[in-house]
Amino acid sequence: MPSHDGVALIEARGLQRSYGRVRILRGVDLSLSPGEALAIIGPNGAGKTTLLRLLSGLLRPDAGEIRVLGEKLTPGAHDTRKAIGLLSHQSLLYDDLTLRENLAFAARLYGLGQPGRTAEDALRSAGMIDRGAELPRRLSRGLLQRAALARALLHSPSVILLDEPFTALDAAAAERLRADLRSRLAGGAAIVVVTHQLGDVWELATRVAVLIRGQWAADEPRSESVDAFLGRYRAMTDG
Amino acid sequence: MARAIRLVLAVAAKDIRAELRSRTALLSALVFAALVLVVFNFARDPTALAAATLAPSVLWVTFALAAMVAMNRAFTVERENSALDGLLLAPVSREALFLGKLLANLAFVGTVELVTLPLFTLFFNVSLWPHLPGILGVTALATIGFVAVGTIFSAMAVRTRFAELMLPVLLLPFMVPPLIGAVQVTSRLLADRPLSEMWGWLRLLALYDIVFVTLCTLAFSAVVDE
Amino acid sequence: MSQARIPSVGPARIVRRGLIMSVVGLVGLAAVYVLALGYTPVEARQGLAQKIFYLHVPSAWSALLAFSLVGIASALYLWLHDQRLDRFAAASAEVGVAFSLVMLTTGPIWAKPIWGTWWTWDARLTLTLFLFFLFIGYLALRAAVHDRAERARFSAVVGILGMLLVPFIHLSVYLFRTLHPQPIVLKPSEPSLPPEMLRTLLVATVVFTLLYLGLVTTRYGLALADDAREEAHDSA
Repeated sequence: MPSHDGVALIEARGLQRSYGRVRILRGVDLSLSPGEALAIIGPNGAGKTTLLRLLSGLLRPDAGEIRVLGEKLTPGAHDTRKAIGLLSHQSLLYDDLTLRENLAFAARLYGLGQPGRTAEDALRSAGMIDRGAELPRRLSRGLLQRAALARALLHSPSVILLDEPFTALDAAAAERLRADLRSRLAGGAAIVVVTHQLGDVWELATRVAVLIRGQWAADEPRSESVDAFLGRYRAMTDG
Repeated sequence: MARAIRLVLAVAAKDIRAELRSRTALLSALVFAALVLVVFNFARDPTALAAATLAPSVLWVTFALAAMVAMNRAFTVERENSALDGLLLAPVSREALFLGKLLANLAFVGTVELVTLPLFTLFFNVSLWPHLPGILGVTALATIGFVAVGTIFSAMAVRTRFAELMLPVLLLPFMVPPLIGAVQVTSRLLADRPLSEMWGWLRLLALYDIVFVTLCTLAFSAVVDE
Repeated sequence: MSQARIPSVGPARIVRRGLIMSVVGLVGLAAVYVLALGYTPVEARQGLAQKIFYLHVPSAWSALLAFSLVGIASALYLWLHDQRLDRFAAASAEVGVAFSLVMLTTGPIWAKPIWGTWWTWDARLTLTLFLFFLFIGYLALRAAVHDRAERARFSAVVGILGMLLVPFIHLSVYLFRTLHPQPIVLKPSEPSLPPEMLRTLLVATVVFTLLYLGLVTTRYGLALADDAREEAHDSA
């Protein structure tokens, strides 16, 4: 994948990873510059979630390396880790802490000043200011997703990794998320988003890629309509 | 350094706050400790053995079993919603994470021990109060070491099948040295023996704490980082 | 890094070498029996019961060797992340459990006529028992973790902690009480053992070391063969 102008925000070379004896990723390259958003689509078990976990630093690659802002991503590279935000399938929230406490704790983990204030701000911009005292397990699926997004983006990461971010969101919440992501892109962030609903992110994406059996089957700038692309995608997965 | 200490405290405070809200683990551990004390009392032949003879062993076996129950929770809370991923994603040293979890576990186990002590004096008619500073001291000294090992083992156990069974099987051998030491010191304290008779045991306990707190702190990354 | 590197010698060759060593070890074991019964004098106070010493002490040696090597291989694994170290540690733990069982059964058989009781909470005996429990726990943990990289990391941590626990258990049970016969073989002044006994003991130790090596090599080779077969299966 070519990196365009300047230094890449996140760059991966030859990523390989097995789980147990199953090879999930078989050599994946990736490079994103500020303002770029990559949408990834692929069948179940293609390695999309594993790729995001590698890029976030939660998993170590068996082979290959990841650089964030030019620095190698290692467990000890704190500044690098601070630049990354991950929304995973799970909310990462503690069921016995209120939303406000959860967000304040996350703020402390990222060394942000005034954790209480930061938590309030995050709640407000998620449109959940009146839910601050609720426990995550009492929330509906959609509200939980909004809370998880608030937690993932709390520290204004410049590399944003999203696994199915639109799951369970209603139309208004989805539109608000798109607007938020657009402004983060304009602010110089880069986004990797994995989704089965390509239509949700089509307008946002600058590039689209197809992951099949742990390898890129396509990786190109967004140029056509979502339907035309999905038509080609179906041909790829059938073949 | 200051940031590392703040992180340790934040992680511990988070655990304590969550536990105070649900109270499940703490209450079960307390009830469990009380039950063990009661069972011990009936498992003893009162005509053959005076309560005081058995008291130190009963106290420490109760502490050990209750601690095991309390420690099982340490990483089950991190498992809900994959919260542990949230800790590991953050720019936080694994050593600070471990020490935070250890501190929270020490708070839980310490609370259980503090509540068990008066029950113990009541059920076993042992007068602890004259020896209280000494008892508290040896309790702290013995507890720190095995809770450190228990903390790292519970991080592994939650990721295995049969988690509740795995922790005791792994941890009990590691409880042997602190337990033997603590029982020996406790019985000497209760018998008003001079400090010189406990010195060897106290050194053993302190050495155990130093070795295992250090080792577990350093090994934690190998457990959680995939 | 969690990928097993291709072993320089094929698993089948390793297994064959292990089996050869084990067979030589078993022949050696028969020789130890002959030596112990025919060559060594009958000990004056303990009588024939003392003969078990030629099995008990060398199996204790092999068990300790096995468990120390588990600890060392574990530490090296966390450093180098080579799967072979993990396989070796697992093989060594299994063989170590077998030797400690020999030690734990021969001990009481000897103790009954000499000490008048099958079991005592003597320091060394207790230490052995806890070593046994420790490595049963180690193997139980291995069985309960599915992912092999995770299994390797977890068991390496237990292996290292276990190695450091041994001196603590030893010290505490020793301070607690002891009536085990003190080691008299390696006393600095002069060995108080008759030369026939000493020679037989040395032969037995060599034989048990060989048996350890043979069994571990076999087990290790089998584990590598399993890995190779599963890898071939996956890529097919």
